[in-house]
Amino acid sequence: MANYNTNEFKGGLKIMLDGDPHTIVENEFVKPGKGQAFTRTKVRNLKTGRTVERTFKSGESVEGADVMDTEMQYLYSDGEMWHFMDPKSYEQLAADKTAIGDTHLWLIEEAMCEVTLFNGQPLAVSPPNFVEMAIKETDPGVRGDTATGGTKPAYMDTGAVVKVPLFIEEGEVIKIDTRTGEYVSRVKS
Amino acid sequence: MSDAPWQPGASLDVIKQSAALRACIRDYMQQHTVLEVVTPALSSAGSTDPNIHSFRAGNYYLHTSPEFPMKRLLAAYACDIYQIATVFRDGESGRNHNAEFSLLEWYRVGSDHLKLIDDVLALLQRVAQQFNRRCPAPNIIRYTEIVATLCEKSFQDVCVADVKKVFLHHNRSYPDAIGNDLDAALDLLIDEFVVAEFEPDQITVMLDYPASQASLARVSVNARQIPIAERFEIYWGRLELANGFHELSDSAEQRARFEKDQRIRRARGQQSVPMDEHLLQALASGLPDCAGVALGLDRLLMVLSNQQSIDQVLAFSTERA
Repeated sequence: MANYNTNEFKGGLKIMLDGDPHTIVENEFVKPGKGQAFTRTKVRNLKTGRTVERTFKSGESVEGADVMDTEMQYLYSDGEMWHFMDPKSYEQLAADKTAIGDTHLWLIEEAMCEVTLFNGQPLAVSPPNFVEMAIKETDPGVRGDTATGGTKPAYMDTGAVVKVPLFIEEGEVIKIDTRTGEYVSRVKS
Repeated sequence: MSDAPWQPGASLDVIKQSAALRACIRDYMQQHTVLEVVTPALSSAGSTDPNIHSFRAGNYYLHTSPEFPMKRLLAAYACDIYQIATVFRDGESGRNHNAEFSLLEWYRVGSDHLKLIDDVLALLQRVAQQFNRRCPAPNIIRYTEIVATLCEKSFQDVCVADVKKVFLHHNRSYPDAIGNDLDAALDLLIDEFVVAEFEPDQITVMLDYPASQASLARVSVNARQIPIAERFEIYWGRLELANGFHELSDSAEQRARFEKDQRIRRARGQQSVPMDEHLLQALASGLPDCAGVALGLDRLLMVLSNQQSIDQVLAFSTERA
């Protein structure tokens, strides 16, 4: 993997720090007129998701991280691993529990997901921003109640729990924003 | 930033303010009988300062400051002079840096750095008035004393490990690439623990720089018997605006400092840069006792026009050039 000099730093650059892949969130050039230049950064650890501040002496070089985002189709889970397929090459890869995180709540078969690969292996999986799911279980719908703004919990096959308006019925398909976990709308069948 | 890359970074309002700022400075200088001069941007010698990188232009170096030729003028004619110059520093780019920027370089004969601080503050006062800005009274702080306080020992005993300890104690990132470079460690210490605490509408004058950071300033001994540079910096908020010296006039000492710069450059594997023999000859022929200051006009404009980045006060920053 290529090395990057601090003067090549920019938001989104993937670098190796302390053995883990990181992405640069922010970087700022700092230099007193007569003194040493530094590059102050905020970096996010792609394994843990933690963001920390890190300062470099200008001119330092840092190893790049072999990290790439790729669109893959979710196939199935065997309980331990989640299996994805590259729709072009048909190559299959399996993501473990750490890489999947909470994303398993939003995985429905054949959905296209963004899989972040580190050294060719899944490091993180992002679900589509919106998914459509059928409600497995919820309290009976309150007819005609579209105005009060009340909500009730609805349970999905994946284990996700989404707050839905009172008029929604069991078995109905709803659209969910996976970034917030919130109900968006009813999907007319 | 405006959307398309062809568009200016600065609004028309800011461009008008930039023109007004220059007019105001010229007006002030005329009133104080300081002569405006022009010196070449292309020089056969470069800046040997290991932390300042000159651009090459054919067989010449683009100046990083008009300081050397202006001192030759001082040696020849001994009168107060100033210049508003575009200068070039390779590798400097960021929110407060642009590789090409405007310096007000200003010398007063028969003045030391302390007297010159009053002049610079008077100029800032005048400019602030023009822009309907309050120009607060300055806080005066001393570099070597601050370091001693932060490291909890006498300045002369402070070493790199002490500085690193301060960073670790405060849970801050410290780049080990600093190695044994004490001045680099001190620069970061000051930036992280001192400058970061400056209030936005506060003017700070920093005095008593360590002798190792004298650059082109005279060195003397302060009240605590510590050798210090007769140098100052002025900050407005967290922005470093100006750097001034009681100018070194000893040609032999100047040559020794250039040679030291060149040794550091070699050790760091940097490009070697010829020292300015014309300057050394001018010093040998006699530089009048004087003080000089370089003030970053783009940053001053950032303060006066309330802009957050240098790109917003330049018609076209290097990224748009």
